[in-house]
Order: sequence, then C-alpha cells, then structure tokens
Amino acid sequence: MPSYEGALVEAHGLRRSFGRVRVLHDVNLTLAAGEALAVAGPNGAGKSTLLRLLAGLMRPTAGEVRILGRPLRQDAAGGRRVIGLLSHQSLLYDDLTLLENLTFAARLYGLLRPRETALAALEHAGLGPRAGESPRRLSRGLLQRAAIARALLHGPRILLLDEPFTALDAAAAERLREELRRLLARGLGMVIVTHHLAEVWDLATWVSVLAEGRWVCDEPRAGALSSFLPRYHGLIGA
Amino acid sequence: MPESVRLALVVAAKDIRAELRSRTALLSAVVFAALVLVVFNFARDPTALSATDLAPSVLWVTFALAAMLALNRAFTVERENGALDGLLLAPIPREALFAGKLLANLAFVGTVEAVTLPLFVLFFNVDLGAALPGIVAVTVLATVGFVAVGTIFSAMAVRTRFAELMLPVLLLPFMVPPLIGAVQATSRLLAGRPLSEMLGWLRLLALYDLVFVTLCTLAFSAVVDE
Repeated sequence: MPSYEGALVEAHGLRRSFGRVRVLHDVNLTLAAGEALAVAGPNGAGKSTLLRLLAGLMRPTAGEVRILGRPLRQDAAGGRRVIGLLSHQSLLYDDLTLLENLTFAARLYGLLRPRETALAALEHAGLGPRAGESPRRLSRGLLQRAAIARALLHGPRILLLDEPFTALDAAAAERLREELRRLLARGLGMVIVTHHLAEVWDLATWVSVLAEGRWVCDEPRAGALSSFLPRYHGLIGA
Repeated sequence: MPESVRLALVVAAKDIRAELRSRTALLSAVVFAALVLVVFNFARDPTALSATDLAPSVLWVTFALAAMLALNRAFTVERENGALDGLLLAPIPREALFAGKLLANLAFVGTVEAVTLPLFVLFFNVDLGAALPGIVAVTVLATVGFVAVGTIFSAMAVRTRFAELMLPVLLLPFMVPPLIGAVQATSRLLAGRPLSEMLGWLRLLALYDLVFVTLCTLAFSAVVDE
C-alpha cells in the first residue's frame, strides 16, 4: 500500500451531466485519513452519482478526482486498488458461491492466498458456515454483510459506502458501526451516503448535504443530530 | 506469467465456472443449433440442391446464430447484482478484462461449434474426411473475429434496455465478412479444392481477426467506462 500523508480523496469542481441534465454542480471535497464524511440528501440529489465519480466508475463531465494525491484519470488502477465500495447492490454473482465470489475478488486484487483470505473475510462477517451458498439464497441482511466483506476484502484505505446499514438488523448494524469505528481509528477515510443521518451521525467527522446536485452544507459534525435536523430539513426544502 | 495474462485468465475462469454452474447459455445454444440443423434438413428439397452445395451456408448460419445466443450471456451475467461495477472497480487493466471475456466467449462458442459439427455431418450426410483439419482451422479463424466483435457489442448492449435484441442488430452486419470468408473456404474444402483456391479467403479471415481483435481491445475501455 503506498504511503501518503496528504488528503486521501480530493475532488475539485466535480460536475456530471447526463445529456442536458446536470446532476452534480461543481462539488469540492477533501477527505483526510481517519475522517468520515456523511453525505445526506433527498432522492435524486446526486449522492450515488458522487460516489460513482469518486470510485472512478463514472467520468466527470468537468473537474477532477484525486486519490492519494494522484489524478484518478491518470492512475485509475492505482486509485481503484485503495478504494472499497459498498454499493446499493451486492456486486456478487448468483451463480458462484460466497466463497467463490470473494476468492474471485481477491484474485482480481492480486491478494496472496486468495481462498484463505476470502474465507477469513466471510468468517469475520459471520458468514463462514454459509460460504458454500449462493448469494441468491441469502436474506437481504446477510447479503449486505457479504457485500461489506467484499468491500473490505483487499484492505482499502478509502471506503465509499452507499447506505451501509440498509437491511441490517440492530445487532448487525451495531457490529458494522463498531467495525467502521475501528477502521477510522486505523486511518481509513470514508464517504458515507445516507438518507438517515441518525445511522451515521456518531461516525461522521464531517457532514455534507447535497440538494439538486449542489453542496448546500459542508461542515464538521458538531453537537447533537437533533440540533442539526431542523437545518437539514430547511436545506433540502422538506 | 505477466499480470495482465493472469488477470485475463482469472476473469475467463470465473465466467466458465459460472456458466458450468448454470449451463443456461451453453445448453440453450447447443439445443438451438441442433434445432436449426433439423429445420434446414427438413426444409430443403434434396432434388433441387445437393447437400454439399447447401451445407457450408447451413453450417455457418447455424454457427452464427448459436454464437449469438452464447455471446448474449457474456455481460448479462455481469448485470446481476451490479457485478460489473465490482469488476470495473478492481485494479485490472481494461485490456485484460476484455481478453478474459474474449477467452471465455471463445470457449463457449467453440464448445457449441464442437457439438454442432458432428450433428451437421449426421444431418447433411457430408463426408468431412480429409477436409476436417481445414474446416477446424477455418472455424477457428472465423470465430475469433466475430467473437471479439460480439464481446464488445455485448458490453455495449448490456447497458441498454433491450440487450438481447440489441446484440444481433449490432453484431450481424459485422459478421458478414467472416461469414462470407468462412462459407467460401468451407465449400472449397468440402469440394476437395486445392489450398491455393481458398488462400484469399483465409487471408481475409486472418486480417479481420487482426484488425478487430486489436480495435476491440483498444476500444473496450471507452465502452465500459461511463
């Protein structure tokens, strides 16, 4: 893993249009090690688009994403190596078992002993006994745990999380929160997209609000969520 | 082993393993190919046209249509659960990803062709005899080219609403040159003509492979990256 002291993620003037519709307007952000940026906003605000741009899964219409100081467009493979993405889909193949899915991912990332690494990740996620099952046989909550295991498999330095607590029961959600806290303490950076600020408020070091593709708030998280919520509803026009 | 080759093999092995698990596309393509041969066999009038005159066209129409079914699965399997995002997010050169997909598709289409050829001999009572090595060589040359084009079009079509419909519409025009070359070379092989008579067609097939495998490899990144 490259050692780098500056910001993990930087976005400058990030803009994305689909045809004539602009869904993201000149977004700037900086994420340092140990920081978690919670991005909230209503449906269609551009949150998932922002995440895809940061992951390099989508090209910006204008602006630039830098990962560990290097432009993502110039060093796409290097950038992707340090990113873990938890999408709103599991990214798993139904025709492969959980173990085969994670072993395949481990091989793509060039990890040593891919099968053992994959099995350890599944066991860590509490899915060891189900390693031989197809993702299509799992409940939504277990599938989310498998998706999280896949996102963390290669030891990323940057985590991009799209609604990470979706479908998790209370115990699993608390376990994930603990895991994310541990990763933050180890110096990972996270961008967490959410509709439910309550789920990530304690984790976040920064809070941003996207409304109609514009940053309408970007500030350090301070105080209680209850004092922020009236402002949040005002910002998104709810 | 170079890293790109290793990654291409990892992708191809994943596709083959997933297909062997479900066998959906492979079985459908083989059954479809058998049905096409049955239809052609009973639809032709044996007194009007001899089997050997018709055989090369029937063989290649069957190969082409069955290949289309097999190629459809190349990226539809990546559509489920957003798996394509997982693949694109990995630090794998797009060229290696294309090569992996191409290898897997060649394995599928090659399997379909290997099963279809004996059925073709059975239905059309064609004596391949000494022509068999030549027909295998022509099949390999023609298949590599149109499978390369099919692989990139499958990646394009999967992002559209009617992927299964889009692939034939996009691919068939590009299949015309290798099909013409393959039919011409196959008919000469079955007629026992000398190699010099088909050299031009073999050159066309080889050139098509060279141009389209190179172009598709280079263009793949632009197709899959949004």
